Amino acid sequence: MEKPFLEIDGLSKVYPSPEGGDPLVVFENVNFDINKGEFVCIIGHSGCGKSTIMNVLAGLDTATHGAVTMDNTEVAGPSLDRGVVFQNYSLLPWLSALKNVTFGVAARYPDWSRKQVLDHSYKYLEMVGLSGGAEHRKPSQLSGGMRQRVSIARAFAIQPKLLLLDEPFGALDALTRGTIQDELIRIWSGSDQTVFMITHDVDEAILLADRILLMTNGPYARVAESVVIDIPRPRERATIIHNDGYYKIRNHLVDFLARRSKDMAGKEDIVPGQRIEPLEVNPAKDGGVISEETPKKTPQLVPVAS
Amino acid sequence: MTKSLNFRAALLSLALLIAGLGIWEASTPVIKAASEMTEYEKLMGGADQEARVPPPSAIITKAYKELSDPFYDKGPNDKGIGIQIAYSLFRVLSGYTLAALIAIPIGFLIGMSPLAYKALDPFIQILKPISPLAWMPLALFIIKDSQASAIFVIFICSIWPMLINTAFGVAGVRKDWVNVAKTHELGVFRTAFTVILPAAAPTILTGMRISISIAWLVIVAAEMLVGGTGIGYYVWNEWNNLDLTSVIFSILIIGVVGMLLDTIFAQIQRFVQYQE
Repeated sequence: MEKPFLEIDGLSKVYPSPEGGDPLVVFENVNFDINKGEFVCIIGHSGCGKSTIMNVLAGLDTATHGAVTMDNTEVAGPSLDRGVVFQNYSLLPWLSALKNVTFGVAARYPDWSRKQVLDHSYKYLEMVGLSGGAEHRKPSQLSGGMRQRVSIARAFAIQPKLLLLDEPFGALDALTRGTIQDELIRIWSGSDQTVFMITHDVDEAILLADRILLMTNGPYARVAESVVIDIPRPRERATIIHNDGYYKIRNHLVDFLARRSKDMAGKEDIVPGQRIEPLEVNPAKDGGVISEETPKKTPQLVPVAS
Repeated sequence: MTKSLNFRAALLSLALLIAGLGIWEASTPVIKAASEMTEYEKLMGGADQEARVPPPSAIITKAYKELSDPFYDKGPNDKGIGIQIAYSLFRVLSGYTLAALIAIPIGFLIGMSPLAYKALDPFIQILKPISPLAWMPLALFIIKDSQASAIFVIFICSIWPMLINTAFGVAGVRKDWVNVAKTHELGVFRTAFTVILPAAAPTILTGMRISISIAWLVIVAAEMLVGGTGIGYYVWNEWNNLDLTSVIFSILIIGVVGMLLDTIFAQIQRFVQYQE
């Protein structure tokens, strides 16, 4: 069998306790794969270590155990092969929108001529709807939505093998968020870009993703389920809700976030050498899991290092 | 009719200036001509009017005379105001440039490396509060050249604000921007020049602006000690000549030049300023 494009293997993050108590295990034994061209979202409550996983993938942070392999190469340190869009845009405020994009393009393609860099940057700025003078403005003169568009343009323009989006729409109002989601899905459809995205928004995840990874609550968080979203594309915000599977998926996800993420939390018995894959579910087909009654399993008390 | 705030402020400034000068002029006793004095007045030093604070009109006359020929040179003790200012500016700018060349790279290092910060901090804390003029005897002894010693004093007084502000600005660069540099695989130097330098530039410029102001304050005192040339020496020389008109005139010139220096740096600062 061919190896998946991106392999996350036995990832864990442990912070040593400051006063000699038990160390804080944020997440443990996180395993999942992403195929080329796939759009994968990860959902979980705050503190489960989503952002840490993303930073490890970006190479900005290191995991305590485990490895990330992309394209048969182990990920170590940041690289232009992995583009990142941060929640707070991370545009350089002293550069115009255009310069922010050319900054990335010039770093990616150092031997391109000025003209090539400019043309390429303009192409992506136009793709996100920034043209006609707005590209010469500084980020402070742009609205939040516009800034995030520039940030997305910069990330797509460097044509990374893997695009990492850390709650890219978290700081935007609902209307703007919807528009940019549509734009993101349109740009993504026209490329074979592999995307890994953190979100808190269930509807956003269903609209965008091929697969949604669900994380249990921390500490000792792990990726418990991999929910397949096989709603046919192209999807649109207006029509997707009429799809038969939509509410089954949605209910499954909401149920997970509201109840099971808590119930399943806690330390797992790990058999050394055994890789625990997230459980693959397809709620659109089998209806998903909705916990009707109080779960029999009582939540385990986990010692938390204070 | 409502005028703009600027216009009204300018009017008020002008009114204050005229009132101030008027009061000053009126309170200065008129010098009697020697022929009008009685024998007794002459004996009691009535002709000693020179030593009184001169009225503004005398200063304006003096200023006109000096500024219409600022670059004359009639020997070591009689040079035009332009030449004196040029000497002072030369000293300030050379000491200041030297300080910038050393302070900004070291500040960068301190800002980027917590180790360097901790290691150098005690030295900075002890050296910073020393009055620059306290270095003068040591500088004269070691350098053995009064001109260079004055430059050294300027160097030592302008180095601290630049060093500390650079370190502070560099250390305070938002982690997001450093991450942007990292994810774009920028090398150390490209990160320093394309991300950290522009990000810290407003803070660095603040330090440079404070430094130039301090340097201009210190040069006057330094030149009073060192002597020979420069605006500080000019003030002291005219005091020795009991020419108070020239003293007041040069005080005003010192103020104007200081203001110009500050304005230049304010402009540069505006140029590198950015809004988040």
